[in-house]
Amino acid sequence: MATAVMTTLDPNSRSAARGMSDLTIRNLFIIPTIVFLIVFNIFPLIYSLGYSFTDFRASSPAAANFVGLQNYRELLNDPFIWSNFAITAKYVIVSVVGQVIVGFGVALLLNRDIPLKGLLTTLLLLPMMLSMAVVGLFWKLLYDPSFGIINYTLGLGSFEWLSNPDMALYAVAITDIWMWSPFVMLLSLAGLSAVPKHLYEAAAIDRAGSFYTFFRITLPLVAPILMIAVIFRTMEAFKTFDLAYILTSQPTTEVISIRLYKMAFQEWQTGRSCALAYIVLIMILAITNIYVKYLNKVKER
Amino acid sequence: MRKTMTSMLAGIGLVLACGTSVYAQDKELTIFWAEWDPANYLQELVNLYEAETGVKVTVETTPWSDFQTKAFTEFNAKGSAYDMVVGDSQWIGAASEAGHYVDLTDFFNKNNLKEVMAPATVKYYAEYPSDSGKYWSIPAEGDAVGWSYRKDWFEDPKEKEAFKAKYGYDLDVPKDFKALRDIAEFFYRPDEKRYGVAIYTDNSYDALVMGVENAIFSFGGELGDYASYKVDGIINSEQNVKALEAYKELYSFTPPGWAKSFFIEDNQAITENLAAMSMNYFAFFPALINEASNPNAKVTGFFANPPGPNGDQFAALGGQGISVISYSNNKEEAMKFLEWFIKEDTQKKWAELGGYTASAKVLESPEFQNATPYNKAFYETMFKVKDFWATPEYAELLIQMNQRVYPYITGNQGTAKEVLDSLAADWNATFKKYNRVK
Repeated sequence: MATAVMTTLDPNSRSAARGMSDLTIRNLFIIPTIVFLIVFNIFPLIYSLGYSFTDFRASSPAAANFVGLQNYRELLNDPFIWSNFAITAKYVIVSVVGQVIVGFGVALLLNRDIPLKGLLTTLLLLPMMLSMAVVGLFWKLLYDPSFGIINYTLGLGSFEWLSNPDMALYAVAITDIWMWSPFVMLLSLAGLSAVPKHLYEAAAIDRAGSFYTFFRITLPLVAPILMIAVIFRTMEAFKTFDLAYILTSQPTTEVISIRLYKMAFQEWQTGRSCALAYIVLIMILAITNIYVKYLNKVKER
Repeated sequence: MRKTMTSMLAGIGLVLACGTSVYAQDKELTIFWAEWDPANYLQELVNLYEAETGVKVTVETTPWSDFQTKAFTEFNAKGSAYDMVVGDSQWIGAASEAGHYVDLTDFFNKNNLKEVMAPATVKYYAEYPSDSGKYWSIPAEGDAVGWSYRKDWFEDPKEKEAFKAKYGYDLDVPKDFKALRDIAEFFYRPDEKRYGVAIYTDNSYDALVMGVENAIFSFGGELGDYASYKVDGIINSEQNVKALEAYKELYSFTPPGWAKSFFIEDNQAITENLAAMSMNYFAFFPALINEASNPNAKVTGFFANPPGPNGDQFAALGGQGISVISYSNNKEEAMKFLEWFIKEDTQKKWAELGGYTASAKVLESPEFQNATPYNKAFYETMFKVKDFWATPEYAELLIQMNQRVYPYITGNQGTAKEVLDSLAADWNATFKKYNRVK
């Protein structure tokens, strides 16, 4: 059937009048995309895999020497890199959990008939429409210990959010939660509005309590879409760069992408940074796979 | 339809032809530098060159934080976007070994620049490897770290009396690092929102390292032997341990949130009444004597980096030399520009505009030394400066130093001795990796 669709042409269609078959049209649409993907994604991906086994430096005219697994071995034995991974993991957990709690919570509040609901939803979406760099710059001002509005409002005196090594990562995560909770909220709202009303009516008739209704009806039915939000946010948080880079330069906020950037574009260790990029890629793929498996399980239920 | 297409193509062709012919007539040069006041002064200077020769010169800038990345990305791609670059002093090894800079040795010798320019600027901005007699840049913007302070706070009779009672000597411009520490402690009053000192702590490029270098060099220490790459026993020497401890102690007298501060924050410490003393490059001092940018301009004074406990007095070098980029299409034109740039008149004009000339004659002249309240301190400092490693792998060395030193200074992690021992091991491993040592 599929081939029939591709090869036959409705004689009355405009394409037929121009003398183009469906196959030609399909190719016209698909080939540029495939070429684009190969040139800008697949080719660099494979090329950088090659570099990751060499001591190549883009800043030097010297030819690249094959060094086998040396880059990977040294990276995985480097305590600084492991501490970068630990920081990234902590950041991902704090930031994604925070976003899910805040985003889903706000979605629950908005999922009822309230006045100006549309306007409220739109206003709540504003943070995620801003540029990361802009958000970083103005949160830096908000966190300022001398004149920042956060300390002023909370009465914290000159509490150092960004200079305190133990607090800085949480400060970055709070900013990320502020920015991206609306995204989780949006997806949760879509999920919540798709829950059939008759289920709630049935629960009400059976005199089910609100906790019971939430855990037995709302959460299971919204879970698949919430999982998608979590997958997206985890991948993004794992790759986070701009916010942490702009807000602070504490070693306790040096997430793996900042280390990767420094290695590739300040130290110009091109070969080694390719290897690190591959390690990060494999980790993201593994985590995403676990999530996807879980998502499928949730869907089956 | 076809007619329209033909005439459109002809039109485009005509525009292109006109465009290229205009382009070919006008010679243009582009100089790449970081975004700061001296780059604006340089633009004013090169406008004079255009008036004289008709060759338009543009100074293109980018923020300091990505100056290095942008420059080296362009070099590595062998791009011809820039004809010259006013590159940082520690780039010289990386850029010359990779062939990004044109060898200026002949030009240097022909014009006897070794005598014309101040010795430290020739050593650190132009020559690589050390003492090789090979030159890659023309010293353009001399710079070093100095200090500004609040004269009104220092001269207040009540403060003077209280200081003398507490420390047993007069409150004045610090004579050594010990006095610097005492004054910083004396003025550290969080309740009054007044703090002792503003120092460099930003670890994203070389700010923190430059700050620490000020202490290390004045305490009589060194970073290593630049000729043999020996670091053991030098970077982790007794003097350096003491110097690092002294710098850490200064950090405890800084304003709150002072863990990512560089030149902007350090000048703000003076303009916003935050600190009694502030470390900064001389290049940023013009803003402090300008009442438009500093309400305390009239009561701001300046001094050179004070000596350490043994009387050694040095300062960390900043500043840049101007180099011709190998991939430029206008190398000949660029060399002509450099010939104009090194003339004594041009250097005089450069100093008048606010640039820090490296020309020894201009530096020594009374006009220069009396032109601003800090020029004399600058002149004195330029003869006792030292710099970071200039080897091609300097960026790795810099990041390793940041990784070790920053958590100690701002986060109380480890002891100075442990930090410097680990740093010596890191640097040794890096030098081994690049076959500098066996």
